[in-house]
Amino acid sequence: MTEIPINDAMIRLEHVSKTFPGSGTPAVGDLSLEVPEGEILVLVGPSGCGKTTTLKMINRIIEPSSGVIWVAGVNAIETQPHELRRQIGYVIQQTGLFPHRTIAQNIGTVPRLLGWDRPRIAARVEELIDLVGLDADMANRYPGELSGGQQQRVGVARALAADPPVLLMDEPFGAVDPIVRMRLQAELLDLQARVRKTIVFVTHDIDEAIQLGDRVAILNVGGVLEQIGSPEDILREPANDFVAEFLGTDRGLKRLSLIKIHTVDLDPGPVVVPGTSPQEARSVAARYDVDWVGVGTPGTLAGWLYLTEVEHLGQVPEHDLRPFISRLTTSATLKEALDAIVSTRAKVAAVFDGDRYLGMLTAERISAEITQ
Amino acid sequence: MILAQLEGQPLVRWDWVADHLDDIWAATKEHLVLTGIALGVGLILSVALSLLAIRYRKTYTPITWITGILYTIPSLALFSILVPITGLSVLTAEIGLVGYTLLILIRNIVAGIDGVDPAIKEAAIGMGYTRLRLLIQIEVPLALPVIIAGIRIASVTTIGLVTVAALIGKGGLGFFILQGLRRFFTTEIVVGAVMSVALAVAIDLLLVLAQHALTPWVRAKATV
Repeated sequence: MTEIPINDAMIRLEHVSKTFPGSGTPAVGDLSLEVPEGEILVLVGPSGCGKTTTLKMINRIIEPSSGVIWVAGVNAIETQPHELRRQIGYVIQQTGLFPHRTIAQNIGTVPRLLGWDRPRIAARVEELIDLVGLDADMANRYPGELSGGQQQRVGVARALAADPPVLLMDEPFGAVDPIVRMRLQAELLDLQARVRKTIVFVTHDIDEAIQLGDRVAILNVGGVLEQIGSPEDILREPANDFVAEFLGTDRGLKRLSLIKIHTVDLDPGPVVVPGTSPQEARSVAARYDVDWVGVGTPGTLAGWLYLTEVEHLGQVPEHDLRPFISRLTTSATLKEALDAIVSTRAKVAAVFDGDRYLGMLTAERISAEITQ
Repeated sequence: MILAQLEGQPLVRWDWVADHLDDIWAATKEHLVLTGIALGVGLILSVALSLLAIRYRKTYTPITWITGILYTIPSLALFSILVPITGLSVLTAEIGLVGYTLLILIRNIVAGIDGVDPAIKEAAIGMGYTRLRLLIQIEVPLALPVIIAGIRIASVTTIGLVTVAALIGKGGLGFFILQGLRRFFTTEIVVGAVMSVALAVAIDLLLVLAQHALTPWVRAKATV
């Protein structure tokens, strides 16, 4: 093993290519990329783009035809494959859990290979079962007794067992139903916030890539790297037609799903206190070009009503208001805000922190956020 | 003529059975030992040949060819061929008996190991398993149900074949069957046959229990 002080990239591919025997065209052409420490890099692309081949070359399940791969400062090509792999967590779609071993034994696999003593393995297993959110009483069950989502959590726990700096994940959530997948994705991000691994994640699902990736690498057939960058950058400026097409026609919405409400400025909105006269209500509404007003005192928002109703009543009432049906919190995304806007007659999204009213978002405000 | 000889004779003469309990027990033990050696040696050879077949795939076809031919030789003919070479010995009996186990055992070992989910193997290799460790700790345990199924067939077959080896004087319970036929004495034939079948059933049952004990995960899955 040779130490290299080149830079602090945890994983580095230099002109890596792979041509499978009997195939005229390379599965991966001439690929170079770096993954800095603590980053999730998602490899995404259509089938045949070499994303899985690329991933499997990092732990040498597939031997590269040419090029150099550095993992944690070590030349992977010159390292004994099984030594290399014990330093790299590996999660695959079909989980690959050992059916004849209990959950605890499965999680303890790599520590056992590394020769840890029993108490240390037991303590680590217990810690990991807790970390990935499994019940402690599952430790002595067999994988066949667990649901798909639970099995995948065990797969992640097993990959993390020896605390490897690098994690390779090959479509890990591809075989579970959409609801479980969303939960597992959220859990992975939570987990990553705590363990800070360098993760290479393969998926064919662009939405998953956008949600999970610190950076996303979009590959084309033959392992051609079309674009690499943050999800925001790629969505804002696709490098070419292939990328644009791969991102889909709802690129704007995808960008909105990346922006949290707390990162944008909220508008106080056309809100008046109870007892306001129809004339004043009308002038407030006019400023926002709407035919209604919200009712509340500073920091509260009780509901809304049309100007015609204010005129009919003679003043702005305190009760019997139309409610704001979707009450958003600041951790919601602009995409959710837009959904709230198009779903209410008032055409705004009201944002709250608990009971406290913070402000409003309009379609124009949201549109400005991605067209600025 | 035979029928005339057998007429008037009860199928089983219990007094003969009572008088020969020691002989029956000795023959049963011999039967067990002959079967045990055949299965033991057969298993060792089969494991070695299966490993060869798994490591060097090209050898699998010739191995199944040769053991297949062995399997098809009638047992009577095989013992007859061997007697001039190895004599009326245990060796002669065992060469035949071992030969018949090979095809069944090798096929099941190779099929069992081939049948292990590729994802499981990939995960193991991806975590740093060496080839040998993969074989011993993952592939063999997961192939156990199929391997034990092979051992069950081989053991039942061998127990039956041992009776044929009585022809060369090493037949365990087959001795009674042969002698009963020679003397037209049904009691001995029945004792030999029933004990042989009972032995086969008992061994099979033991193997089922062994599999049950060795593969607890298979049951755990079934309860979900």
